Amino acid sequence: MIRPPSSPHIAGRSSVPLVMLLVLLSLLPGTMLGIYQFGWPALFLFLITIGSAVLFEAICLKIAGKPVRLYCMDFSALLTGWLLAMTLPPWAPWWIGVLGSFCAIVIGKQIFGGIGQNPFNPAMLARTVLLVSFPLEMTSWIAPRPFGTADAPDAAAGWSITANGIPDLDAVTSASSLGHLRTELGRGELLPDILSSTYDPLASAIGTINGSLGETSAILFLLGGLFLLYKRIISWHIPVAILTTVAAMASIFSLHDPDHYAGPLFHLLNGGLMLGAFYIATDPVTSPVSNLGKIIFGIGAGLLLFIIRTWGSYPEGMAFSVLLMNAATPLIDHYIKPRIYGHPGSRIGQFFRKLKKEG
Amino acid sequence: MPKLSIRGGVHPDEHKLTNEITITRVPTPERLYLPLKQHIGAPAAPDKVIHEIIHKGQIIARAQGSVSANIHAPCSGYVEQITDWAAPHPSGLPTRTMVLVNDGRELRDDVSTPVNPLFLRPEVIAERVSQAGIVGLGGATFPSAVKLTLGQSRNTPVLIINGCECEPYLTCDDRLMQERTQAVMDGIQLLAQALYGPDTIIAIERNKPEAIRLMEIACKDFGNIRVMAVPTRYPMGSEKQLIEYITGRQVPAGKLSADIGVTLHNISTAYAISNAVRHGKPLTHRIVTVAGDAVKRPGNYEVPIGMLISDLLAFCGLKEEPQRILMGGPMMGQALPHAEIPITKGCNGVLAMSRAEVKNSTEHPCIRCASCVDACPIGLSPLTMAAMLKKDKLDQAVDIGLKDCILCGSCSFACPSAIPLVHYFNYGKGELLIRGQQQQKDDEIKRLIQGRQVRMAQQEKEKEEMIAKRMQAIAKRKAAEKAAAEQNSEKEIA
Amino acid sequence: MIEGIATLATLGFTLGLFLALAARFLKVEADPIVDDITAMLPGSNCGQCGFAGCGQAAEAMAEGTATLDICPPGGKGLIENLAARLGVDWDFSNSTTNTVPMLAYVQEATCIGCTRCFKACPTDAIIGAPKQMHSVIDSACNGCTLCIDVCPTECLQMVEVKTTLTNWRWNKPLPLAQLPLAA
Repeated sequence: MIRPPSSPHIAGRSSVPLVMLLVLLSLLPGTMLGIYQFGWPALFLFLITIGSAVLFEAICLKIAGKPVRLYCMDFSALLTGWLLAMTLPPWAPWWIGVLGSFCAIVIGKQIFGGIGQNPFNPAMLARTVLLVSFPLEMTSWIAPRPFGTADAPDAAAGWSITANGIPDLDAVTSASSLGHLRTELGRGELLPDILSSTYDPLASAIGTINGSLGETSAILFLLGGLFLLYKRIISWHIPVAILTTVAAMASIFSLHDPDHYAGPLFHLLNGGLMLGAFYIATDPVTSPVSNLGKIIFGIGAGLLLFIIRTWGSYPEGMAFSVLLMNAATPLIDHYIKPRIYGHPGSRIGQFFRKLKKEG
Repeated sequence: MPKLSIRGGVHPDEHKLTNEITITRVPTPERLYLPLKQHIGAPAAPDKVIHEIIHKGQIIARAQGSVSANIHAPCSGYVEQITDWAAPHPSGLPTRTMVLVNDGRELRDDVSTPVNPLFLRPEVIAERVSQAGIVGLGGATFPSAVKLTLGQSRNTPVLIINGCECEPYLTCDDRLMQERTQAVMDGIQLLAQALYGPDTIIAIERNKPEAIRLMEIACKDFGNIRVMAVPTRYPMGSEKQLIEYITGRQVPAGKLSADIGVTLHNISTAYAISNAVRHGKPLTHRIVTVAGDAVKRPGNYEVPIGMLISDLLAFCGLKEEPQRILMGGPMMGQALPHAEIPITKGCNGVLAMSRAEVKNSTEHPCIRCASCVDACPIGLSPLTMAAMLKKDKLDQAVDIGLKDCILCGSCSFACPSAIPLVHYFNYGKGELLIRGQQQQKDDEIKRLIQGRQVRMAQQEKEKEEMIAKRMQAIAKRKAAEKAAAEQNSEKEIA
Repeated sequence: MIEGIATLATLGFTLGLFLALAARFLKVEADPIVDDITAMLPGSNCGQCGFAGCGQAAEAMAEGTATLDICPPGGKGLIENLAARLGVDWDFSNSTTNTVPMLAYVQEATCIGCTRCFKACPTDAIIGAPKQMHSVIDSACNGCTLCIDVCPTECLQMVEVKTTLTNWRWNKPLPLAQLPLAA
């Protein structure tokens, strides 16, 4: 039988590798700032993580008999490794990066059939596995020591930190802003006292604070996210829903009891919220396809994040909240679909249209 | 209440480079190939025999049944043969085709034309449109007269003239509006007249400013006809999308646009109607955009229907061997297996695409990016439907809207993974069609089997009855013989 | 101890009684699955499945001893319907059935007009008269092959249904794994 090519005969310029490259590009400024701040060990860990992620991807593709070059060239493994590296403590030992990449690529993605098939965000899955398995390594934060400052390790010392771990752990580590807040609140201190001594909103915004690479500069990741929005690689629904939900929850609680609940600005600028809202939660594979579904997904993730941060046993909950909403994605997709032309649509949709008509 | 825009859609590069080139008349070639089915509905039946002499504009094949269309001779000469010739269809399979030989003398019968067709009764206009064999020239090829009669019986208060031409490359409607504004306008008036003077809206995409300007001037004197500039967005020119944009209402699934009081005709159809009703000229020629990087002299050409694409391309010249020849636009047009295929009534463009122009990217796995969901003007989830069809879950695909898909191609165009979504939907729709045909045949065969079984039982019964009757007869005879014998013996004894 | 035995015995007896009553009053009618399948099958009793007739094949399918693809005249559509009725997933890629529909065809040169074939045809799809050439009505033939066996001159043959514009359809796109890879 003749096999004619089907219409359409032209295609848009969008392609998977291009999308991934633009995401990587938009991540670059925030990443560079993070690496600059935490010096050589951060750079080594970053390179090891993304390198091993690509390597694991290639091995899995080879085993599965898929075209290695073609699929590796879509840069998805690179992005997964990159995002994972953004969530690790910058001075973590090398094996954290390698193990994390293994969890992300092999367990989080390839076991399900590779790109597009994974139910959970691979990077967040890996981070969660690492966090519950190696709590010490995963919570050893250090204060920023930019290149060129006195107490920044040189390349050799940096390599030693990545290879053998931090020599004098207690001397250099300090809690992240969210962790600090939680500890102090737990000791019965009041919020204004805690914040007045340590918290500087400007530093949190620019990113000269401790934390993982992705938890430092809220501004740069916000700008990167806006670039992606402008390029139409992500839609506004998820980030806006997450950020407004968190801000709204924080406003309500801090207005009600400012001694125990931090305000919206603190929540927005600290932790991995910006990175999570623009880069993690918007992962197309694990988020709903319809716009309303995306908004529901974002509100859910925002609520969970606030709940975990405020009442959970971990100071930060981006990974958990995204994973939990990932699990809800098939359900959301099942119930929330766009209305088909010429059909009455769902009852909820009919109700809203009726309201619109009357109002 | 017009809407702000349509749902979804895409904006491909327009490539409308031919919109400033004047329409050229193409000389009639030596032979014309006219398929008997160039429209939706039943094929027309030949009205001329082989070797019969024909004059230009004569009916050579007559409409069959209520939905069908006449076919007229675009040249004078004779019928050479009625044969199977490659159809304008991606398969290139043969279809019944009349082959005309052009004698070049352009002989024409005299036709009587009305003094002022605008005084004709609506039914008469519809009748003349039907006689002239006019079908929807935007590509749908639904017989226009049937649409008019439907509009007359349903009394549609809105008439939309579709001048969107949202497909890239194509400019034939644009040129028609620019060059033959008066004739187009006349056709629109006739359409309005045929529908008892409805509110008439000429929809033109904003990327045709010159056409909009000229049409606006032309309809200044008519209170009920106006031009509406619509956003440049594919598939604006799709019937359902345009109706929703202009009226704010959707055509319910399974219903016709006439059911919500709207009739929609194409600009080219209006032009053809003016020709037919005012000048008595049946549909024998149409404007075709010839474009694509492989064409030396792209432009708009007035082509006799039945001309082979190879002849047309030879007239326009080729720079290189085209990678793909399309009939229609690049979004919904059909790729043809070769160029020895005739131009038919619904063909608005012939594109000879070069290698670089044709989409040629490797398929990647779906990353669920939902570009297709955003692009779908109907509100479907193309990614889910394709995944189901991949696993042959036809019923599930139908449940989520396979039948509502208009095959506009926006999803495939937007897909960053280059998944052949429309191909999957073509496949699914084909399977549905075959399934329907098979079901029909199965039912028919079951009826036949039952009929035969009943008949067999009947025959069996008749046979048994006959045997029984015969046995009875034999028994009777024997009894009679016996009685006779006894009588005889009694006699003897006596 | 006696108390315990008594309690359990009473409990057992009561529940047993309850179950017995429930079984009696809430009885589910037997699934008329065989009848349903028989209704789906073509009913021409052609025997291509290896069973004597469609009824026996339906019983075997309902019991699960026959696969769903044993009926060539039914084709793909029948398999889909059966799979839906029996609630099983049918993977067409593993099916050995030739899913191309076949029709009987009379070769005009060798037909002697013996009338045996149209007596055998369960759907009256063959027309003709004694000593006259016979012919098959395509739309009534379901490809049961019963006529092939009775033809004395082997002039009847099964041929594939011809592809025309009305039954042509798009092929299924090749799965990703089988696509020729761009270099």
